[in-house]
Amino acid sequence: MSVTQGDFQVAVIGGGVVGCAVLRAFALAGARAVLLERGLDILSGASKGNSALLHTGYDAPTGSLELDCVREGYDAYLDIRERLNLPLIETSALLVAWTEEEHASLSGHLEHATANEVEGVIALDRHELFRRAPGLSSQARGALLIPGEHIIDPWSPPLAYAFQAIANGAIVKRRCEVLSGELNGGQWHLQTNQGPLRADVVVNCAGLFGDLVESIARTPPFRITPRKGQFLVFDKSAAPLVDTIILPVPTKTTKGVLVAPTAFGNVLVGPTAEEQDDREDTAVDQATLEALYKRAVEIVPALKDQPVTATYAGLRPATQFRDYQIEAIAERQWITVSGIRSTGLTGALGIGAHVRRLYEKAFAPLADISDPVWTPVPNLAETRPRPYQQGGSGEIVCHCEWVTRGEIEAALEGPLPAISLGGLKRRTRCMMGRCQGFYCTWRVAQLAAGRLQVPATAGAAA
Amino acid sequence: MSRHDALIVGGGPAGLSAARALREAGVRDVVVLERETEAGGVPRHCHHPGFGFEQFHWPYSGPAYARRLRRDVNDMELRIGASVVALRPNGELDVVTDNGLETMTGKVVLLATGIRETPRAARLISGDRPPWGVLTTGALQQLLHLVDLRPCRRPIIVGSEWVSFSALLTLRRAGIKPVAMIEEEDRITAPRPGDLIARLLFGVPVLTRTRLLGILGRETVEAVEIERNGRRERLAGDAVVLTGRFVPEAALLRASHLAMDPGSGGPVIDQHWRCSDPTYFAAGNLLRPVETSGVVGLEGEAAGRSMAAALAGRLESPLRRIPVQASPPLRYVTPQVISVPGDPPNNLLFRARVDRPARGMLRLLRNGEEVWQRKIVALPERRIRLPGKSVSLDGIESVEVRLDPM
Repeated sequence: MSVTQGDFQVAVIGGGVVGCAVLRAFALAGARAVLLERGLDILSGASKGNSALLHTGYDAPTGSLELDCVREGYDAYLDIRERLNLPLIETSALLVAWTEEEHASLSGHLEHATANEVEGVIALDRHELFRRAPGLSSQARGALLIPGEHIIDPWSPPLAYAFQAIANGAIVKRRCEVLSGELNGGQWHLQTNQGPLRADVVVNCAGLFGDLVESIARTPPFRITPRKGQFLVFDKSAAPLVDTIILPVPTKTTKGVLVAPTAFGNVLVGPTAEEQDDREDTAVDQATLEALYKRAVEIVPALKDQPVTATYAGLRPATQFRDYQIEAIAERQWITVSGIRSTGLTGALGIGAHVRRLYEKAFAPLADISDPVWTPVPNLAETRPRPYQQGGSGEIVCHCEWVTRGEIEAALEGPLPAISLGGLKRRTRCMMGRCQGFYCTWRVAQLAAGRLQVPATAGAAA
Repeated sequence: MSRHDALIVGGGPAGLSAARALREAGVRDVVVLERETEAGGVPRHCHHPGFGFEQFHWPYSGPAYARRLRRDVNDMELRIGASVVALRPNGELDVVTDNGLETMTGKVVLLATGIRETPRAARLISGDRPPWGVLTTGALQQLLHLVDLRPCRRPIIVGSEWVSFSALLTLRRAGIKPVAMIEEEDRITAPRPGDLIARLLFGVPVLTRTRLLGILGRETVEAVEIERNGRRERLAGDAVVLTGRFVPEAALLRASHLAMDPGSGGPVIDQHWRCSDPTYFAAGNLLRPVETSGVVGLEGEAAGRSMAAALAGRLESPLRRIPVQASPPLRYVTPQVISVPGDPPNNLLFRARVDRPARGMLRLLRNGEEVWQRKIVALPERRIRLPGKSVSLDGIESVEVRLDPM
């Protein structure tokens, strides 16, 4: 395959967690790569509602591609996180049995974890369980301790992957929707809303739209069924009550409702698992949120009366298959990366490495670039020093999340600036705290004037 | 680490009034820490009359009242852009400014961090979550008045408290006509004739017995779904203004060593505005939601005088702290404790609220004996006041406030 000026070796469709990691993998392998994201910002689809867990793969199907990618992704995250200034909150997880039946099933889960070579998983009796988690409801029967399950930041890692990809030569196009494509003369001719674009190989990382994008290359062998997960976030005052991830016993379809600390010092409860047809409907509903609140209090009784800071919903791109759907189709010059659900954040770096190997096997060898540029991101986690503590970043603008003026200004600059309010929030956490913008909306509006896409109904006063 | 006689956390009506009272009592080494870029608090962005009346007997507009409060202390040290991020025993504060984190210590410290409205998430409101168009009165007023941004053209106002009418006035001043004001209850929360004013003066329908079911619109608000007279309806509009349901801005307090009152959402204080750590004092709407700015200003003045007394050694450390018992339907009573020894309770005023509509005999009991009573009709949004001068501190064993049905 020849590469001509203005063309790309690789076009990645979809700027979610997975797309960003795949883009990074190609950029660090010296490929001329472009990422095409239809949203106003990267991470605006399934990825924006992820639950920020670093998974060990203890419950992934043994021998699955998912398990391979999760394990490789987990190790890669630990390897690069210091260089990208990404957090790791070492919380461990407790897989807690609430019924006799669940209790009886723990030994099976322990065997499964052992078969998956996840280290250190042990069974805890009630005594040991309450010693480790004194805040847990006395209804708990027993648990498995999974020492390797941890908490990370849901958005900084994929942002860091995209930033590093860009710093090493990749291009990210936002508001760029792929409308159609044709494989012609050994090259993909993609039609986008920003004009035509040519690439040797297309990687479909389109998440919730994976099957629709797949139909550009072939009749999709899978169908995406969006599965909604609603979450509720407790205020930072709840943080001392929960210092470990409390997992339910998983079922075939869902990992279930967990209670966990967040990197930002809150407590999270969720997700639900609700199948729906709409690929963009992330509405929440009061009855479900109340049920989540109730469930959280059943698990950790002291959460009663803790104020709620945020509610949200994410969509997982489930398919009819349990495993990731990743393959290279050599004759179509196409790589499919689809059906990545709850483990995508952990698996992303592993998926990136796997996709690179598929590319090399099917298409052409690649070589690591020497001396890649590292692009550390501003730290948002409470466990590491933050700009407000260090000084030189201006006054605090968002008083709930302690976001400084300097952080907001920086997020509006650079190679991939925030151009949507959601993008600004994910980069800085401004307006995401307990007051939800009561205090800082005006300052954020002032600092971001002219930089963010705002609806036509809003604008300068007449 | 810098040391001062008095530190004031929050430069709103309570904090600035306390600063003035401290100076009038001869305390010069006072620093007011204000995290915003300008002191004055919530009144800064309420461009209509009705502020500071109890304090200055003049119906200032919000911004004029804020200016008056600032002018009164313009010779005192005021640090803007200074955020207190932690409270520690013995008056030690972690303060963030442009220069990063520093520690400041006050011999006495006033907490006057005010209130805010309950936003969408904490109300568990259903529906789409557009990034634009769902906002509180505070955010709306600040956008309009501090940065001259118009966030909507046809908003729906949710709630009918006093502040809901403040939102209405703000919108009217900006030439924005709300679609409607909606209220779940049978009647509006603010005293009449608020609804008549809304309807007749501004032409805004006030829909009582109307429940917000959800928000529609993915990029910005397009409509709300409401339930009215048992029917679901769709009400088109481009923003939802969530008004009122005030809560104390008590995050600092929750994370600190100081005792909280779950009923008020604020700190536990005694009759001298002292918290459970007597280095700390608290005043204003941090104590509970919500009093008028003038009442808050008067509280700030009183707390400032107490702080001056403490600095002068005229306020003894409490030997005993007698809890003020309150039972449902009373949600809280402030002060929550009576410290002994203490000053004669001549100016002592208990403030209370109910958690549900109730009528009956409000009684104040000292050592189990009734010392004051009054027949009242109480509503959750209405303030209840009880004079405390009959609560003599000599030989005091217990204090109780009760609302007995009759």
